[in-house]
Amino acid sequence: MTDQDILALFTKIIRDLLSDESITLTMQTKREEVPNWDSMNYINFIAAVEIELGVKFGVADIESFEDVGAIVAKTTAMLR
Amino acid sequence: MPQSPTFMDWLPTLSDFRGNLRAALAISDSGNRLEKLANIAQHRLGFLETIQLDQAVSRLGALEIPGFSAVRLAILASSTVDHLVPAIRVACLRRGLVVDVHVGAYGQHRQDLLNPASALHQFRPQAILLSLTARETIAGVPIMATVAEVDKAIDRQVDELRNLWRKARETFKATVVQQTFLDATDTVFGSYDRLVPAAPSRLIARLNDRMSQAADSESVSLLDVARASERNGIDAWFDRGRWFQAKMEVSPPAAHLYGDLAARVLAAQRGLSKKCLVLDLDNTLWGGVIGDDGLEGIVLGQGSALGEAHLAFQRYALQLKARGVILAVCSKNDSATAEAVFENHPEMVLKRTDIAAFIANWHDKAENLKTIATRLNIGLDSLVFVDDNPVERARVRESLPMVAVPELPEDAARFVPCLADAGYFEAISFTVEDSQRAAQYAANAEREDLLGSSESVDDFLRGLEMSVSFGPIGTLDLVRATQLINKTNQFNPTTRRYTGDELAALAAAPENVTLQFRLLDRFSDNGLVSAMILRPDPGEPEVLEIDTWVMSCRVFGRDLEREAMNVAVEAASRRGVRSFRASYIPTKKNGVISNLYPSLGFARVEQTVPTDGATRWYLNLADYEHRPTHIARISKQHD
Repeated sequence: MTDQDILALFTKIIRDLLSDESITLTMQTKREEVPNWDSMNYINFIAAVEIELGVKFGVADIESFEDVGAIVAKTTAMLR
Repeated sequence: MPQSPTFMDWLPTLSDFRGNLRAALAISDSGNRLEKLANIAQHRLGFLETIQLDQAVSRLGALEIPGFSAVRLAILASSTVDHLVPAIRVACLRRGLVVDVHVGAYGQHRQDLLNPASALHQFRPQAILLSLTARETIAGVPIMATVAEVDKAIDRQVDELRNLWRKARETFKATVVQQTFLDATDTVFGSYDRLVPAAPSRLIARLNDRMSQAADSESVSLLDVARASERNGIDAWFDRGRWFQAKMEVSPPAAHLYGDLAARVLAAQRGLSKKCLVLDLDNTLWGGVIGDDGLEGIVLGQGSALGEAHLAFQRYALQLKARGVILAVCSKNDSATAEAVFENHPEMVLKRTDIAAFIANWHDKAENLKTIATRLNIGLDSLVFVDDNPVERARVRESLPMVAVPELPEDAARFVPCLADAGYFEAISFTVEDSQRAAQYAANAEREDLLGSSESVDDFLRGLEMSVSFGPIGTLDLVRATQLINKTNQFNPTTRRYTGDELAALAAAPENVTLQFRLLDRFSDNGLVSAMILRPDPGEPEVLEIDTWVMSCRVFGRDLEREAMNVAVEAASRRGVRSFRASYIPTKKNGVISNLYPSLGFARVEQTVPTDGATRWYLNLADYEHRPTHIARISKQHD
C-alpha cells in the first residue's frame, strides 16, 4: 500500500464513520478541521484502521499525531 | 477484513452492504425502510457497517412502527460506553426492538438514580443497564486481606448494587440488567493466585458469584460479559490502550458482540427469545444421507470423529430440550425411512419421543416450517432452523425472514459452538415448568391429532378430559407466575409487567385477589398457565379492577378463560365484591383477545377514547352467567 492508498482508505473510513461524503482528507488535515471528528470518533477511527489493516497503534502514537499525514506515516511503518 | 475472535459467524454475510443501505435509504415509507434496515441487521456486519446502519436507523427518529417494539434503555456506567450504543441498537433491531438509548454521565450512576432533576429522570427509562468496573472494589482490598475481609468488601459492593437496583425499579418501574464484572486483571503470584483471596482475579470471581445470586433474588437479569470474555479471550474484549485513552472497558472491536449479548437479554425480558429448534437430518444429525447410505452407512457415534461430532450435536440438542426448548424435525426424506433411524439406530441419542413435531417429506422446507409452527401453536418468529445445506438455508431466509437460520459451519465439529454462540434461546429464569415444556408441546401436537379426528370442537374439548386446579398466587407459584406475567404478549389485555418482589407484595396485600390456574388434561400436566391480579379501586372496595390477566398460548382455545372468569367471579363474590372493571389496551401482539371481555359478558364503558386505544369494560357480578366449560375442578379455592 502506498501512502496515497492509505490516505484514500482513511478518507473512506472517516466518511463512513461520520456519514459525510463531502470529507476528503489530505496529509495536512488536522482533526479539528473536520466537523464532528470529536475524541470519541477519533478512537473509533483508530479502531477502524486497526481492524481494517490488522495494525496496532501504541498509546504514545495516538497522543502525538499532529495531522493525518502523521497517522499515515506511522501506519506505513507498521505495515512494512 | 481479518476475523476477530468476537466475530459473529452464525450470521450470514451480506454481499453488498453499501448497495443495500442505499436501497433502504431510498425507501420513503418509514415502516418499509425500517423493515429493510432490520433485514440488513440480520447479517454479519463489520465495525463501520454497524455504525453506518445505526445512523441510518437514527435518522428515522423515534416512531411507532407496526411489527417493532420501542424501548427506552438507559446505560449507567463507570467506564466509557458511548461507543457500544450503535451496536446495541443494531442488535436490538435484529430482534425487532427499536431502542432509544440514554447514556448516563460517566461514573455518575448513583447521582443519576437519586437526583429527580437528572436527565435520566426526564428520559424515563423502561430498561436500565448497569455496566460497572470492579476497579474500585479491587483497589480497596489489600493483597494480604483475609477471606472475611474480602467478603466484607464484596458484600458492601453487592449491597450498594442492590440499593441501586431497587431504586431503579421503584423510580422507573424499569427492568434492570446488571453486567458482570469483566476480569481484566493481571496475575500477581502466578498459579498461586487461586489460593489468595484478595488476588484480583479471585476477588472478581467471588464478586461475580455473590452479585449474580443477589441479582437473581431481586429479579435483575445478568449480562455476562465475564463469561463471554472467557470464550473469546480477554484481549479480544479489553484493550489497555483504549482504557488509558478513553476509559473504555469494552474495546471497540468487541462492541458488536457486546451489543448482541445485551440485546439478547433485553429481548428475553420481553419474551422474544426463540422457543423451538428445528433440525434437518442428513449431514446435520448424522453424517451421510439415510436414503442413499442406509442405516449401516450413515456416520454416527463412537469410532469415527465425524460420528462423534454429530453425536455431540445431538447431545446438545437434548440438553436444550431438557431446559425447555422444543425440538422439531424438518427433513427432505421419506417419513418412514427417517423415523426408522430414531427407532433403530443404536447410537441415536435423540429419540423419536424427544421430537414434538416430526416432518419428513419432499415439500418445500419453508412450507413445512409453517406447518410445524401451526402444529406447536407458536409463532414462526420462535423457530431456529438448523440445516447443513446452504441452499435450504437461503431459501428459508428468503421466504421466512422471521425464522432464525444460523450459518452452520462446514465442519460438523463446530455445529455446537455455532448454535451455542448465537444465543437464540437466551433465558432470564429457569423453572420446573420450563424443563417440562418440551414434553407439553409434544403433547400439544398429539392434541392436534385428536382435534383432527374429533367431530366438533365440543367433542375435542370433551375428549381432552381437562381439569383445573387453582388458588391464590402463593410463595411457590411466584417464580413461574412472574415469568408468565413478563413473557406473555398475546393473552395479556394490559401488558403490565411485575418483578418477583412486586408480585409477592401484590399477592400478600389482603385487599387484592390473586389467582393462579394449572390445567391438566389426558396428555399432560400443563403446569401454571394463567394468572390474574385483581385490585380494588381506592375508595371503592366493592369494585375490583382486573389489573393483570395472562394466559399461556399453549392453552388457547380450551375454554380456560371462561373457567378462570367463573372462578374469579365466585372468589370475588364471596368477599362482597359487586363488580369488575377491566381494560383492554391493544398492542401488536394481543389482538387475539380483542373480544375477550365482551365474550365473557362485560359491557363497554363509554368514554372519550384515550390515546393508547384502550377500551374499558364493566361487569356487574350479580348479572354474571356462569360459563359452561369442559374443565373439571380438582381443588377448592382457599381464601
